[in-house]
Amino acid sequence: MFARVALLVLKKDIAIELRSYEIISTTTFFAAACVTIFSFAFTRDDETMAMSAAGIVWIAIAFSGTLALSRTFERERYGETLKALLLAPASRPAIYVGKLLGILCLIFATEILVVPMVALMFQSPLFNRPGMLLGLLVTGTIGYAAVGTLFAAMLVRARTRDVMLPILLYPITIPVIIAGVEGTTALMLSPPDEAMASLWLALLAFFDVVFVTLSLWMFEPLMTE
Amino acid sequence: MRKIFLPLLVITAALFAYSPYYINQAPYESTMLLVQKIFYYHFATWMAGATAVIVCGVASGYYLFKGSVVADRVAVATAELGVIFGAFGLISGTLWGRKAWGTWWAGDARVSMALVAELIFIGYLLVRKYGGPGSEKLSAAMGVFGAATAPFIYKSVDWWRTIHPKTSVMSSLNDTPGGVIMWNIVLFCTLAFMLLLTVVLAARMRLEELRADLDRLYLEAED
Repeated sequence: MFARVALLVLKKDIAIELRSYEIISTTTFFAAACVTIFSFAFTRDDETMAMSAAGIVWIAIAFSGTLALSRTFERERYGETLKALLLAPASRPAIYVGKLLGILCLIFATEILVVPMVALMFQSPLFNRPGMLLGLLVTGTIGYAAVGTLFAAMLVRARTRDVMLPILLYPITIPVIIAGVEGTTALMLSPPDEAMASLWLALLAFFDVVFVTLSLWMFEPLMTE
Repeated sequence: MRKIFLPLLVITAALFAYSPYYINQAPYESTMLLVQKIFYYHFATWMAGATAVIVCGVASGYYLFKGSVVADRVAVATAELGVIFGAFGLISGTLWGRKAWGTWWAGDARVSMALVAELIFIGYLLVRKYGGPGSEKLSAAMGVFGAATAPFIYKSVDWWRTIHPKTSVMSSLNDTPGGVIMWNIVLFCTLAFMLLLTVVLAARMRLEELRADLDRLYLEAED
């Protein structure tokens, strides 16, 4: 039942997105613009700083992720569909998981563009260990999106939501971003420091467990009037 | 609480008045000499700050699930205190770092994580002030997540390559000459800061209570 509700919410979000491609096109464009600006900022004497690539990947993901989060819930608010969703006889945590999966799809889609783009523009060895990079990206994105979905959902009713989302989200997710950046940097060394990267990967998995548990636990009391 | 408030205040003031004399009695640390004495207040503020943060997290969680107004008042008071003690701890820490590591800001793991916690609780206060109606619940969620980072700050020095002293530095004090008196002073200062935390918390909660009363009276007068 739980998985069915979550998948139904996910299916609904994907169906709406596929009608207009609104969020996916705007967030990927924004991420690409971010990377382009960084590529100008970090280029000195035609010699690009290859090691800054890790930071740029994660900053682009965090910024465009905020955009995806606020647009997803703005759409729910505009159509007053979030109220309908919450009135449905389904468990709240299942609804949360469904929304989280939707956000994850959007951010992963952005990453598919951003990571190769950064590797190309900064000529950095991001793909030294593709498996571990994938692991870092997946765990990092889950940690970021878990907190983001919770806060974006509860900010739907707040008047100042556009300002409040970054204020709430960034401080809490800094540890996730730090772990992601450090892990990715370790992978770009020659030779890649796999022990270091797997330490950060383990820490990210730990953050995921903590953040997802706390979010599932708090979604219900936070979403009741 | 109101009955014992004044005696507690007097005791706290007495402890703080005596603490400089007590710290003065400690032997000079072999490499850092006088500057090492920052440590007594630095450690004590972080203990008080960490207590405030954890109490804030627990009270926020309690408020979310039980809707208790008192828990909400505790949470907002401890969040403010956590920010104040945290700011003091960060400042005394940078002073220490200037002397011990030769730089104001070494970008070390525990220092960075402490700054993150400080930012989370400043965020808590910002949401509280500017969030509009319903901001109590938003900030409560912030408080729970903020308290969840506290164990990471504590353990970060043991996990990561870093220059901040490890958590084992405290237990090693007993084996060094003059270590026992240092250890006693650390405990003394920690007690003083804990009492300060309690006293200010009580006063801050009373203020919040009076504010709620005032709001209620305004509403009654309007009807």
